[in-house]
Amino acid sequence: MADKIRIRARQDQGVVEVKALMEHPMETGQRKDKKGNKIPAHFIQTVTAKANGKVVFEAYWGGAISKNPYLAFEYNGKSGDQVELVAVDNQGQTFNGSTKVR
Amino acid sequence: MNLSRRMFAKGMLATTAMFAFASSLPKALLAAYNKEAFESNKMADAMKAYYGTAETTESDQIKITAPNIAENGAVVPISISSEIDGAESISIFVENNPTPLIGSFILLGAKQNISTRIKMAKTSNLYAVVKAKGKLYATHQEIKVTIGGCGG
Repeated sequence: MADKIRIRARQDQGVVEVKALMEHPMETGQRKDKKGNKIPAHFIQTVTAKANGKVVFEAYWGGAISKNPYLAFEYNGKSGDQVELVAVDNQGQTFNGSTKVR
Repeated sequence: MNLSRRMFAKGMLATTAMFAFASSLPKALLAAYNKEAFESNKMADAMKAYYGTAETTESDQIKITAPNIAENGAVVPISISSEIDGAESISIFVENNPTPLIGSFILLGAKQNISTRIKMAKTSNLYAVVKAKGKLYATHQEIKVTIGGCGG
């Protein structure tokens, strides 16, 4: 699967800021193609974020998050933390990405 | 006929198995994807489906950072931060979208500061709802949309 999550995580004064970009069409299921056929819904529904294996953040999404989703959040952490994101879409596909906090 | 019955039985088995699995998970991970809330066409219905109530208390401790005018409704950058004691989640609702619940962000130790980019069909109020200690707090901002982001 070419679709991936790109993550950047930076620590400043004990707070880690995580920024993630995901490659995904985020189709709402309400759009139609040129022939008037509905384009099937295809969007990320859940994103789970772990720091050193512990879940620190979760997101539940509908189809109204923009194409190629951007997500940023913060948690109390330190440089060197291993941050991992897993996204699952409505078709059951899983995408992930990880990085070390700078 | 036979096939569909078998498929149904299989589906039931899978569902039961999932339930058994889900109930063994810690509570934090139990909050499964709320399909009904995300598919509701009215904001009040979406809130009721998601929280069990649509009653919110206006709060000035929630801050929305978003453009007043969005030229492109397909990509509207939104940041929400709050300073509410015991905040568990931050959710975004766009009143005039076909399905108003945009997303919900569960703070399992994360701070009350999230950013994302959303689609808006047309000019609408955007609501940020924070759940804390069983209560809902909200604030809103109107965002004018020049070109909608949900049409074909």
